[in-house]
Amino acid sequence: MTPAAAHYTSTGLDNKKLAFWAFIGSECLLFGSLISTYLVYKGRSVSGPTPHEILNIPVTSVSTFDLLMSSLAMVLALAAVSRGDKVWARFWLGTTAFLGLVFLGFQYYEFTSFVREGLTIKTNLFGSTFFTLTGTHGAHVAVGVLLLLTLLVRSFQGKLGPEKAINVEVTGLYWHFVDVVWIVIFTVVYLIQ
Amino acid sequence: MSDHAGNASGSHPGTGTYLAIAAVLLIITIVEVGVFYVPAFKPILAPVLLTLSGVKFSLVVMFYMHLKFDHPLFRMIFTLPLLLALGVAIALMFLFGAFGLNG
Repeated sequence: MTPAAAHYTSTGLDNKKLAFWAFIGSECLLFGSLISTYLVYKGRSVSGPTPHEILNIPVTSVSTFDLLMSSLAMVLALAAVSRGDKVWARFWLGTTAFLGLVFLGFQYYEFTSFVREGLTIKTNLFGSTFFTLTGTHGAHVAVGVLLLLTLLVRSFQGKLGPEKAINVEVTGLYWHFVDVVWIVIFTVVYLIQ
Repeated sequence: MSDHAGNASGSHPGTGTYLAIAAVLLIITIVEVGVFYVPAFKPILAPVLLTLSGVKFSLVVMFYMHLKFDHPLFRMIFTLPLLLALGVAIALMFLFGAFGLNG
């Protein structure tokens, strides 16, 4: 899309970005409801395993650090695309996607170890709310990784110049939102037990 | 494009700011995990952790999502549903007795 072909609303704002912020607003309500449900049922499981018996804080701290650093890589990717620096744009987009995949790897490790220790989505209220909340977040991370890999492919095709920076910016908004949701989940689910 | 607000160009912070924010986020995360393991913080663990989490949340939203520098309409579109979600969470916790106020 050339600047002349870009679409703006009557407010003068890019309609793609405006729509994406509206989508993120709706996502606030989705995750708000899931986190509320987790909090409402917290401590009401009649059988174990309970959070303090099973949650692995050191491992989750590392995955939290990983996701925070992916947000840094994402803003650096946007800056590189905006200034037309293809090499660094590809490097930072690839780094962000890689860190997202590492986070998903941590989540896979956590989920499988919980199942081995006897906690599934059917075990108790903690299992149901925990897997629903963190699983939904993980699905969002997976979608984000797909978006990032799509941008990376477009870059290698030579179709991700500064005029397309808005596509990187809205993907970045999504990625950072996924990050801030995890900031809340890490505190509410893992640290405040 | 520069005639229009809300683009991917223009008033975004520089690399130095992004790196500084990342360092602050990292330090806060280390403090959060540290506080979790210190028994003396147990009575005030929840408010301390929620405050630190709120600071991290705000930093990412303001600087990495550029809400501090972007058009006020974007801020409103994000903040109103966020406050609504927060209100629903608090209301549900009251309803289900999470604060121990309904016997």
